[in-house]
Amino acid sequence: MGDIPHRSADAGTGGPHVTPGHARSAGAALSVDPPVTPLDRTPDGAGGHTDDLDPGAGALGGGALPRRRALDAERVFQGFTMAAGMAVLGVIVAIAIFLVARAVPALNANTANFFTYQGWLPNESEPRFGIGALAFGTLLTSFLALLMAVPVALGVALYLSHYAPRRVGTVLGFLVDLLAAVPSVVFGLWGRDYLYGPVRDLSVWLNTYLGWIPIFGGDGPFGRSILLGSLVLAIMVLPIITSLSREVFLQTPTANEEAALALGATRWEMIRIAVLPYGRPGIIGATMLGLGRALGETIALAMTLGIVSTISINIIENGGNTVAANIANAFGEANDVGRGALIASGLVLFAITLVVNMTARAIIHRRREFTETAA
Amino acid sequence: MTVTSTPPVAPGRNPQLRARRLPVVAPVGIAVAAVAVAAVLVHGTGIGGAALVVALAVLLHLVGLYAASSAVEGRRRARDRTWSALIHSASVLALLPLASVVWTLVSNGLDRMDRNFFLTSMNNIGARDPHGGAYHAIVGTLEQVGIATLITVPVGIACAIYVVEYGRGGLTQLIRFFVDVMTGIPSIVAGLFVLAFWILIVSPYLNDGRPGYSGFAASLALSVLMLPTIVRSTEEMLRLVPASLREGAYALGVARWKTILRIVLPTAAPGIVTGVMLAVARAAGETAPVLLVAGGGAAINLNPFENNQSSLALFVYQQAGDASRYAPARAWAAALTLVALVLVLTITAKLLARRNRFGR
Repeated sequence: MGDIPHRSADAGTGGPHVTPGHARSAGAALSVDPPVTPLDRTPDGAGGHTDDLDPGAGALGGGALPRRRALDAERVFQGFTMAAGMAVLGVIVAIAIFLVARAVPALNANTANFFTYQGWLPNESEPRFGIGALAFGTLLTSFLALLMAVPVALGVALYLSHYAPRRVGTVLGFLVDLLAAVPSVVFGLWGRDYLYGPVRDLSVWLNTYLGWIPIFGGDGPFGRSILLGSLVLAIMVLPIITSLSREVFLQTPTANEEAALALGATRWEMIRIAVLPYGRPGIIGATMLGLGRALGETIALAMTLGIVSTISINIIENGGNTVAANIANAFGEANDVGRGALIASGLVLFAITLVVNMTARAIIHRRREFTETAA
Repeated sequence: MTVTSTPPVAPGRNPQLRARRLPVVAPVGIAVAAVAVAAVLVHGTGIGGAALVVALAVLLHLVGLYAASSAVEGRRRARDRTWSALIHSASVLALLPLASVVWTLVSNGLDRMDRNFFLTSMNNIGARDPHGGAYHAIVGTLEQVGIATLITVPVGIACAIYVVEYGRGGLTQLIRFFVDVMTGIPSIVAGLFVLAFWILIVSPYLNDGRPGYSGFAASLALSVLMLPTIVRSTEEMLRLVPASLREGAYALGVARWKTILRIVLPTAAPGIVTGVMLAVARAAGETAPVLLVAGGGAAINLNPFENNQSSLALFVYQQAGDASRYAPARAWAAALTLVALVLVLTITAKLLARRNRFGR
């Protein structure tokens, strides 16, 4: 896109009324030298120097004419924007360097295996801490949350895009977008104060009648469990997944939908053969973004989980912990090694979310190409 | 299953041309029957309460609807009906908790929405004191988010300009990739970064050798979170500016930087403002980074560069963990204030975006 104005800028030569400050860009040519006509009296146009990247070129212009200043606005501005771009690179590099630099001493001081030890005791004189249970908790809560949220979110998205009356769909869609903006601490507060009771009752019920299944086993106490945490997570990511996949569903080409209906498809068949295949990459991308959000969620889980650093597949007993929630909970009493240990766990979390996000981007990117070729 | 006794085809119509349909009352009848059967089953065996009745009734309704419809209308229509019912129940299921969140937020939050809450801090508020407010937290949120916006808006917009207007080749690709990477940084990791970099390494030099928590550190962490969103949205908006506008400016001999500043940016401005406001709304609700680097605090601290500061989100978290019986009311009131702030920003941003939509 940037090339097109460039070329036309080259074609328009810097006329006699161009002020020196403007002249550089107007007359600047990337590769083609502008034709030197009698009108081209300004040094830049006549000199036909190539680009701002060539610093010496301006000095070769006519001697009597205004010389090019060393600091001209164009170069300053471009330098400024480039510096801003480099700042982004710098921040990422700085994050990596500083986190690793803080984590390594703590990892060296660790007397247990960082990957297998279950427990988080980095503040002792012999620090022992392991990421295993935390990473397991993070993955388990996020997985359960998506398991509950994705089908419901897709149902809501389909309702909003293809079942609801247009006006209702627009208004509800707007509300869902707003709910996606509600801060997580609010969901955490609600989950702890209002969802806890029903979840405890449900847990007791599950334990009574389905206790023979390991995930519903145990003998209490119940409530502040993986189940509560992942339910709150599910309710949090629901609006995000809904709003993203609703947008994808709305973009389905009308021609495809109408073709399906014209062939006699029922509404569901139309959705199955026209809407879902078209939206599949978008659905996967939305799910992965929801997963990224769930993996990094801190406060809502710190408020609802039972904070026990052991690996257990029981989802209804008090317990469960995640990397992010552990950082928020253990930070207050952490000493120097403790902080390093938390930073090391943060690095692991960063790596996990990075993989998830990159996968999501790749999938969404592929979809973009797909729609462009289809158009 | 049991209710579909009415003949599905009205007499006198040609059955060849019109497919047989379930009568309109049939789904209602099936629903009533499902609730009745579920209630009898659950209460008869005594294994659960009202919630189980509802869940079982929905399941029975789906099964019954499928069976009845496939008997009368055929398998394809039966599937259509069942999926439609499933999708509608998913919407109701999703609506319930979300409505509950909104309802509890408003009903609990209004209890402490008084003058005192907005004009006092938590300084010298004991466990038995019903008063105390969030003035210090509101100030903290506004200052931290304000500074973060001041940092990120120029840098973010400039970065997007570089990528869209000047960028070519490897460096641009690299920057875009790293912006993507940055988007995925969990907020707590951003907090840890500022902790490792600013609090533990830089601030001791400014603070007599002791690590100093401050509101500014929180702004830095929020900046790390806001920057990629602002770059992304600005980039998209800049790309939407028609090329003919740039060409027109160049044809008139306007310098490139001036074209960008005077033509391209003003054209894209509404969209950029929308992106910035959404990023600000997101940052205002962040708790984790503020918890790690701002330190919290009960007293009013108007200076973001020195000493501990609180924020609304952190205030909610701290009050929620407080044992005082007056703390929950304060937590809910602060949560309602925070949500109101975030929603005002979001709604304004969305309305702006809707009014100034170009190219779509």
